[in-house]
Amino acid sequence: MITVEGLTHYYGDRRAVEGLTFSIQENEIIGVLGLNGAGKSTTLKVLAGLLIPTAGTIKIDGVDLASASAEFRSRIGYLPEDPPLYKEMTVTEFLMYVGQLKGRSARDVAARLPEVLRTCQIEHVANRVIGELSHGYKKRVGIAQAIIHQPRVVILDEPISGLDPKQIVEMRQVVRSLGKSCTVLISSHILTEVSETCDRVLMLAGGRIVAEGLESDLAEAATAKAGVRVTMVLRGDRATVEGALRSVSAVTSSEFAEDTHGFLKVRISLSQDARESLVAALVTAGVGVRRMVEEEAELENIFLGLTKGATA
Amino acid sequence: MRGILLVARRDFAAYVNTYWGWVIITVALLLDGVLFQAVGVTNTPQYSADVLKQFFYTHGGVSLAVGVVTTMRLFAEERQTGTMVLLESSPLSDRQLVMGKYLSAMMLMALFQALTLYMPGMILVNGKIGYDQIAVGYFGVMLMSSAGIAVGTWTSSISRNQILAAVLGAIVVMFFVMCFRIAKVTDPPFNSLFTQVAFYMKQFAPFEEGRINTENVVYFGSVTFGFLLLATQALTSRRWE
Repeated sequence: MITVEGLTHYYGDRRAVEGLTFSIQENEIIGVLGLNGAGKSTTLKVLAGLLIPTAGTIKIDGVDLASASAEFRSRIGYLPEDPPLYKEMTVTEFLMYVGQLKGRSARDVAARLPEVLRTCQIEHVANRVIGELSHGYKKRVGIAQAIIHQPRVVILDEPISGLDPKQIVEMRQVVRSLGKSCTVLISSHILTEVSETCDRVLMLAGGRIVAEGLESDLAEAATAKAGVRVTMVLRGDRATVEGALRSVSAVTSSEFAEDTHGFLKVRISLSQDARESLVAALVTAGVGVRRMVEEEAELENIFLGLTKGATA
Repeated sequence: MRGILLVARRDFAAYVNTYWGWVIITVALLLDGVLFQAVGVTNTPQYSADVLKQFFYTHGGVSLAVGVVTTMRLFAEERQTGTMVLLESSPLSDRQLVMGKYLSAMMLMALFQALTLYMPGMILVNGKIGYDQIAVGYFGVMLMSSAGIAVGTWTSSISRNQILAAVLGAIVVMFFVMCFRIAKVTDPPFNSLFTQVAFYMKQFAPFEEGRINTENVVYFGSVTFGFLLLATQALTSRRWE
């Protein structure tokens, strides 16, 4: 549905993104992750039609940004980090205006309005002046303006920043419900948020894509790059265990965390997946292995592992 | 055209639904009235046509000032408040955005002109002037204001904040107004060039007297077109940053 090929953008002499190539299917919710300066905002701005890329092509349903920019933009709904709102207008007036601005007739927008208000959970503030709303409601009105014209793609830049926990939960519901009717791209630096709401993740570092895929796929990739961490519960004395660990070349570090009921609890980092060798070495040394648990690679760890060494 | 009218309507509503537009109009009306009283209504007997000419002379200047103050918010405010994204991500072309903004300022200008009608109306009632003289005078004021508004639209399109837009706009408009003074202190051929581009003495003066010359209409139209084109280019170039 969205195909991006060789997307490159420079601000003057400074490269923001280079050679980005990816595609997104219909109704997918994609998380765009990256540190500051990774190129997230530039990528989203180009996808929203705000910037013309220095090189590369971007198509939505075959419509090219370069050759049909107006038609391309009509298929996009965009919410920047600070919602663009006319504070003197009421929510209804504002959404009616934006819907028409995006090319819909007043009748179409009026017909769609109740559904959008319901999706964004803002029916009860529909006639309130935007300037009087709380930050959370302003964010929701921001999402409403992004979807009022029934776009094919909705781009949300940091949609939960500044929201309280209750609002975050409600916002997740809103984002998930958006995914039923259109493709959603979310940029966020709160990795758990991306993990909660997105089907797939796109990681950027230094203006390039360093990883792309499901969270589980990325965990495997991170493991291949950053190694494995396990926690073991062992029976034996500490010196014997340390000796056994030294005999396994893949062990990079060990941390004796707890010693209860005569067992040793050891946290071990391996440069590669050498769990069998580790167990064999311990058993050979006469150490009893009661338990071994692999630490699940959380998105934060995956992200740090994959972006390690990437430069802007 | 639909997109242009949509942007124009919203911006015009933003002027008249908030205190901003009314503050501009109130201050301008006050200034206009005081100047009319000081220059037009004197103890010395005057022909009513001369009083009308004096009125349009001062009213033209006030209208130019209204144009500069009105336009400073057109794009600069959208940028300051972050709402420019709404316009830039819409399917409207940059030309449509510029035209919509320009039209909204012209609508406010027309409202201001309508509120000043009582002054030539007083001359009409108490003197011997025709409706056509008044109509031509207002036509000239609207043409000159159009040029001023186009200048302001351009300076607003290249400025990140409203104050800067207003200052730049005032400088450019003042240049066009003061060209006749510059013409007096420069040698040929520059003096004739400055005389030609002067808003007041050369281009606006015939309208004050109730005369329409095609060259004056073309001149103000050209200035308007030129600066609106510059504003459109300024918006387009931002997408290539």
